[in-house]
Amino acid sequence: MLKYILKRLVYIVVSLFFIVTITFFLMQAAPGGPFTSERKVPPKIEEQLNEAYGLNEPLYIQYKDYLVNVAKWDFGPSFKQKGQSVNSIINRSFPYSLILGLEAIFLALSIGVFLGVFAALYHNKFGDYAAMIFAVLGISVPSFILATILQYIFAFKLQMLPVARFDSFAHSILPAIALATTPLAFIARLMRSSMLDVLNSDYIKTAKAKGLSGRVTIYRHGIRNAILPVISYIGPLVIAILTGSFIIERIFAIPGLGNEFVESITNRDYTVIMGTTVFFSVLLLVSILIVDIIYGLIDPRIKITGKKED
Amino acid sequence: MNLKRWSILTLFFALSILLAACGGGDSEGNDKEAGSNGEEGLAAEQVLNVNIKSEPPSLHPGMSTDTTSSAVLYQVFEGLTRVDQEEEIVPGMAESWDISEDELTYTFKLREDATWTNGDPVTASDFEYAWKWVLDPENPDADYAYQLYPIKGAEDAKENGGSLDDVGITVEDDQTLVVELEQPTEYFLELTAFYTYYPINEEVTTANEDWSLDAGEDYVSNGPFKLVDWAHKDSITIEKNEDYWDADTVKLETINMNMIEEESTELQLFQNGDLDWVGDPTGSVPLAAIKSMKENDELEITDRGGLYYYTFNHDEEPFNNENIRKAFALAMDRQSIVDNVTQGEQKPAMALVPPSMFEENEEGYFKDNDVEKAKEHLEKGLEEMGLDELPTVHLSYNTDEGHAAIAQAAQEMWKTNLEVDVELSNEEWAVYLDSLGEGDYQVGRIGWIADFNDAINFLEIFESTGGNNYTNWENDEYKELIKESRTELDSDKRRDILREAEELFMDQMVINPVYFYTNLYAHQDNVKNITVSPIGTIQYKWGYIAEE
Repeated sequence: MLKYILKRLVYIVVSLFFIVTITFFLMQAAPGGPFTSERKVPPKIEEQLNEAYGLNEPLYIQYKDYLVNVAKWDFGPSFKQKGQSVNSIINRSFPYSLILGLEAIFLALSIGVFLGVFAALYHNKFGDYAAMIFAVLGISVPSFILATILQYIFAFKLQMLPVARFDSFAHSILPAIALATTPLAFIARLMRSSMLDVLNSDYIKTAKAKGLSGRVTIYRHGIRNAILPVISYIGPLVIAILTGSFIIERIFAIPGLGNEFVESITNRDYTVIMGTTVFFSVLLLVSILIVDIIYGLIDPRIKITGKKED
Repeated sequence: MNLKRWSILTLFFALSILLAACGGGDSEGNDKEAGSNGEEGLAAEQVLNVNIKSEPPSLHPGMSTDTTSSAVLYQVFEGLTRVDQEEEIVPGMAESWDISEDELTYTFKLREDATWTNGDPVTASDFEYAWKWVLDPENPDADYAYQLYPIKGAEDAKENGGSLDDVGITVEDDQTLVVELEQPTEYFLELTAFYTYYPINEEVTTANEDWSLDAGEDYVSNGPFKLVDWAHKDSITIEKNEDYWDADTVKLETINMNMIEEESTELQLFQNGDLDWVGDPTGSVPLAAIKSMKENDELEITDRGGLYYYTFNHDEEPFNNENIRKAFALAMDRQSIVDNVTQGEQKPAMALVPPSMFEENEEGYFKDNDVEKAKEHLEKGLEEMGLDELPTVHLSYNTDEGHAAIAQAAQEMWKTNLEVDVELSNEEWAVYLDSLGEGDYQVGRIGWIADFNDAINFLEIFESTGGNNYTNWENDEYKELIKESRTELDSDKRRDILREAEELFMDQMVINPVYFYTNLYAHQDNVKNITVSPIGTIQYKWGYIAEE
């Protein structure tokens, strides 16, 4: 087990190296730079700026310096937000994205799995149709439309919740719902089809034949097996929710990291682009690793220790 | 069984809505108590909630270069002078000033009761320190240094290795500051109200170089308000500065500046009463809402000293031909664009300098939508170039819904009136600026908003190629006129020279002006006495909340 994790950690470092390299050169290749603005800075002053931020060095030196700094987890100063370091930007915005993301993932998983199981148990009955209509709606309505509708109904018309901003738990409800709906619907459909598969399989019949109660059959044998596809979806889901919250963060004026990530590219804020990309990559790679470990714990058929120890 | 499951589900949803309702209680607590505090017409609670859209890149007056930062700086700092609500220059930190006969030396007398928020007196050397800090090449982040270039020796010190000691700033005593200029600058007193000219407290800021990164003891300022809280990317809170020399004038106690990027959210918060102000200059009104807000008489529209225009690339055929340029400019129906596309009551532009600087430019130098004449010019131009018909031309703009709509309108007008095929292309902002700078375009959209209320700000863009002049057009006569205006002391004569330069510019139709910008905003009925200047500055110094 430990050996497996160590091996995976080495893979993570190698992937990170490629991510950093590719992002670095792609970013440098994009036209425009951090000091491009509508009001041209006099050429001499631009030179001084480039010198101060090390942009006048040959690319390979910039690249080498950057690799060394990333290894030390130091992303350098932001070009746009003068005087602030990228680390401090990540540190202050990530908690917002994290809280919002966790709430959304919790909503998506709990309700999604529930709806999926519910639909499968009442296959081709009213409950199934209702749950799936809900799921189709959830997948087809884009989150930004849903966000605006939620704002209009719950905040503006009913005055139940705040319109925007992020000061208390009440503020987080609408954005979390808006963010959760699409993955929720997706999980519900995933869970339903996988549950149907499982319910029709032989071992469930065996379980029933053995006289196990319906509840035990469903919980111990049904859901446990049917949830595997959902678990493998969690890795990408975590990232989709954290980075994809950009538009939700904008609509609800939440100072999160998704916003920072997208804006840095428009601003050509090189250090913030690199910093957020590396940060999100680490997050993605680690969450995939965790998913794989959980996978092994749930499904005894999958041995994460590898073939050698078989 | 089935029914039971359903009732559980229903119960679950009902419960979640109920829970949500409980949590939302505090949002309704936005009660504005309307009581009297003795002063007639003033509400008891002088709190203003506004939107500044995004995180200010820097709250260091020397490092700021943008409107968001300036919206905060204008409230918490004060320069030697201040531009008041009637666009008049009034004393700020300077009580009075003398201008020498040749208009090259300005002697400012500072007021004795001016203090910093930490109690230190504001002295002439604070100004010297701040200005020289900006001009020091060791501080490359001070990239608005060129705003100080009218001062003698300033450009040399920043760019050409000149000594800071040779810069024309002299401190005679604590209350006297003498400034020598490179050449007479009619708008210099307006410049001293600009944030790059603000003083900074030498003692505090040298002790802590990061003083401007957060609110706190070291964020020392000298304006009508002081910075009390800065939650990055979220909100800024400023409060009345009781030690400000003119504190009696300041009525607002607290201003909460929120950072909300999405314009529709800004509007919803405004309609919900959470914001007191929506729209320019710090936020924006969504295009879709303009019409209904205008019908409700909520929207206020004022002139803004800015021009939206299409720049021609004079190195590219067919726009190297004057008649072709004229044909394109005349074949455009600006009134229709303003009425149907932008809808913000912008003014059709048939000139370069906005009417807030040259009143005559309400009319402009040519007739809007003059199709007859456009066709004549087209024929002449084609003949001169030996062509039978125009080749396909390319119109570029940076990716944006609004720019796209205007470009489509122009495309249609040029197709109908000149029978020319126009291809549209859009690029992301930084990529677009790069293409313009490299001359990789034929017709391109761009805009300019004045830094200060003087025509030279528009005319000098085109003094030489490069910089903000993307046209590749240069003209010796034009250069001469701009140069002449700089030494002319008589302001009427100077104006005539500048008019002459503009006439020459428009006669060659160097660019295709589209419209002059407007400020669009709305505020709650009880918010009074806050105005937006034509150059887009907003000052809360005189604002107050009226009794309801």
